[in-house]
Amino acid sequence: MPTITEKIICTTCPKGCTLEVTRDGKTVVSVINNGCKRGVDYAGQEISDPRRMVASSVRITGALHTLMPVHTSAPFPKPRIPELLKLLREVEVKAPVTVNQIVIENALGTGIDIKTSRTMEKLPA
Amino acid sequence: MTHKDRYDVVVIGSGPGGLAAAIAAKQNGAQDVLIIERDIEPGGILLQCIHNGFGMETFKEDLPGPSYAQRFIDQAMQAKVEFLLDTMVLEITRDKRILASSRKHGFLEIQAKSVILAMGCRERTRAQVRLPGTRPAGVYTAGTAQRWVNVEGYMPGKNFVILGSGDIGMIMARRLTFEGAKVERVLEVMPYLSGLTRNYVQCLMDYDIELQLKHTVKNIIGKNRVEAIESVAVDDKWAPIPGTEEIIPCDTLLLSVGLIPENELSRQAGVIIDPITAGPFVDDGFQTNIPGIFSAGNVVHVYDLVDWVSEAGLIAGKAAAVLAQKGKLDETPTIPVKAADNVRYVVPQALHPDHLADGPIPLQMRVTKPIEKPVWVEVRSGEELIARKAEPYARPGEMVTVTLKPEHLDKVKASSELRIAVVER
Repeated sequence: MPTITEKIICTTCPKGCTLEVTRDGKTVVSVINNGCKRGVDYAGQEISDPRRMVASSVRITGALHTLMPVHTSAPFPKPRIPELLKLLREVEVKAPVTVNQIVIENALGTGIDIKTSRTMEKLPA
Repeated sequence: MTHKDRYDVVVIGSGPGGLAAAIAAKQNGAQDVLIIERDIEPGGILLQCIHNGFGMETFKEDLPGPSYAQRFIDQAMQAKVEFLLDTMVLEITRDKRILASSRKHGFLEIQAKSVILAMGCRERTRAQVRLPGTRPAGVYTAGTAQRWVNVEGYMPGKNFVILGSGDIGMIMARRLTFEGAKVERVLEVMPYLSGLTRNYVQCLMDYDIELQLKHTVKNIIGKNRVEAIESVAVDDKWAPIPGTEEIIPCDTLLLSVGLIPENELSRQAGVIIDPITAGPFVDDGFQTNIPGIFSAGNVVHVYDLVDWVSEAGLIAGKAAAVLAQKGKLDETPTIPVKAADNVRYVVPQALHPDHLADGPIPLQMRVTKPIEKPVWVEVRSGEELIARKAEPYARPGEMVTVTLKPEHLDKVKASSELRIAVVER
């Protein structure tokens, strides 16, 4: 299989090196222009299985606000983010809610949970 | 909650700066500490920053904004810090009387031994960047849109153009995309990104949102609602280049064009403001020119990371508590700290050399010009080098810190002023 060379910006630290990554499918052949060795690990992860922390919100009833911020318990597979967002639109929680309460366990079978990002008391009726 | 009319320490604002300051004041012996907050709940702007990336320094964890705030709110509650919510401070006097009003308590007058200003900052608006065109609905600051989308549950539009590549602008580009909107373009007048590279990758590149550097808005088009904006390329002096105009249809323009410390109350009280930082001149305990009035966080200068805001709050809170207990002023001498080669400003602008005996003093600065090579951050007294720190590069968008340590005490005490420079290694 022919190798492909592409540019990837490393986000490990604020310096933001533009790595030149040569890969064979999902295997890294070489990395240049990396400021430190962490760039090599970043390139490997980014090419084989890119992941991102995802933060969004779900509906909440009986609370001060109508939205409850939520986030993934670990970086989530990037290609499946749209699917996750669709799932979150269906979710509704009831106050009171405490921070880090699990809203969805093992979201989309990834082993990653969706957790609340804050505490929200129940409003007196 | 009942409140009193006298407190050791009163903090204005319950964002990260104010919360940390209040907690530190309690921990350092202040008998009673009150936070006055104009919103209906504590936490400040972090509550609408639902994205991750907070707390890597303070907690070694990657937290969303509300979770970061929650930890400090919980700590403040445990420390028995008192809160007056939904209360607007109207005036602070030189002798530390605070005049406020709230729906619940009416007009309030509170006497403090120390006041900590922690009002944070505000976004630059359309008027402050002088954008031409009509005045239709649909032109908002990125933070306003963030509040609507993340807290109140409103979408401000369907098709967006964002002016400015600040972090909030880029984060909103992703957030709006998540919620089904289309972000047509992000325009940045500078030749470089003004936010973090991480946000460029994770907010713009990931969702194929186009960023145009050296571009700005030439005209806003639309009668009742924004219908389009006209963009234009600019040269190195920000002058529009004729012939490069482009009409971009959209219904909303978001502005992410910088933050300004909010110091109306400070000015009223007689606090002297540094024209460069737009925040008060402060000493190493974040005390302003008025004894007993301190300041913490983005009200002093705009930080890159919330973790540093909390750290500044801790320093200010401690200094405020010490003054409130002693009841007399710190009369040890101060020396000025000045910005020299390639440094735009330094905070604090003055320090008490004697305080170095009690612990290190961090000096924070922004550089004037980017240097993409290894640099020294130098602290000098006259020609003599007192301390220096190596950095791999220096950029105006990223704050630089150099810390004076107790071992520098003698040299600092012997000097009449410190000069800070950032030079190539």
